Amino acid sequence: MDSAAARARASADGHSSTAPAYTEFHPRWYRPRISTYWWLGRWPYVKFILRELSSVAVAWTVAFTLFQLWSLSQGEVAYSTFTRRASSPIMIALNVIAFGFLLLHSITWFNLAPKAMAVRVSGKRLPAILISGPQFLAWFAISAIVLWIYMVRT
Amino acid sequence: MARNIDIELQVSRYSPEQDLEPHLQSYRVPIRDEWVILDALNYVKDKIDGTLTFRWSCRMGICGSCGYMINGEPKLGCATFLKDYAPGPVKIEPLRNFPIVRDLVIEISDFLEKLKKVKPWLIHEGSNGQGEYLQTPDQLEQFRQHSMCINCLLCYAACPISGLDPIFIGPAALALAHRYNKDSRDQGSAERMATLSHPDGIWGCTFVGECTRVCPKHVDPAGAIQQYKLAAAMDGMKSFLMPWGKR
Repeated sequence: MDSAAARARASADGHSSTAPAYTEFHPRWYRPRISTYWWLGRWPYVKFILRELSSVAVAWTVAFTLFQLWSLSQGEVAYSTFTRRASSPIMIALNVIAFGFLLLHSITWFNLAPKAMAVRVSGKRLPAILISGPQFLAWFAISAIVLWIYMVRT
Repeated sequence: MARNIDIELQVSRYSPEQDLEPHLQSYRVPIRDEWVILDALNYVKDKIDGTLTFRWSCRMGICGSCGYMINGEPKLGCATFLKDYAPGPVKIEPLRNFPIVRDLVIEISDFLEKLKKVKPWLIHEGSNGQGEYLQTPDQLEQFRQHSMCINCLLCYAACPISGLDPIFIGPAALALAHRYNKDSRDQGSAERMATLSHPDGIWGCTFVGECTRVCPKHVDPAGAIQQYKLAAAMDGMKSFLMPWGKR
């Protein structure tokens, strides 16, 4: 075996790390590695990761609300224990963060909806605002109604 | 205006026979108002260093050969003006998410295999007996935007999923599949379904949306994929609710 072929074999086996091997006929492709932190440093990628992460906050909020309903069904004592625990500083901080992520989740979801819905009216595609707009309006209206019920009850 | 001023190009070099990994090499080239990045690379090749290797062909955004990472952003070399990067330096690297053959040349056979899988051609049984198949402007508008793809692969370089999950079919191929599915002359959507509705197909896309942002032909691959997701979900729902209905 000539030395070039031997070096090529050594390189293919992963033994050579100093001198690059000469590979006759077939070039050695360089395959760049992707860093675990590929998403840092570029705002669109950071935004995407935050958006994906927001699903954890959604899951947390669902679990929290279900637990709240369950406590309510267990009577006054159980519910007052729940509210006492929920008003601890850690829980409040956690829920404030979760609320921020929920806002991000909802806003990005409504903004992405027009991309997925190519609605055509008399040959023309509807502008994005006509698809996301009603969703935002419904969101605000329902939030306002919930807030109004809360204000009236207290 | 910017005539006779130099700018530094930092070009990624990789020689498979000599290097273990790519490194940057600097060249100084003049800035001319009308020069694009591709002109600067050709200047280097002609006047400074004939060993620099890169793909290019049409110079006018049609062939899709001259996609590079320019200052970390996937762009066509022929559609990116050099003076916009003054005073420099401009870093030019091969497109991300592909193996590198040499310098700025990437290996694209994996993409070509994926493209073939989605059957990007008109599938039509029999003939209408009248020769050509007529199409109204409305029918053309259904897919025209997605038919503008030049396979430049900027979308694959922008898509993090393409890099992290090498079996993901990817933006351009999925957009082209959608283009043929939306064509009134095509009858192949059922045939494409197996590839498209696979986890490596449309469901592999997490809608980062960068493919659409970098596309030089405004094909909107991200939109095409989401539209197909919606259609597939509606189809699935319909066949679940009305199993006796026509699919």
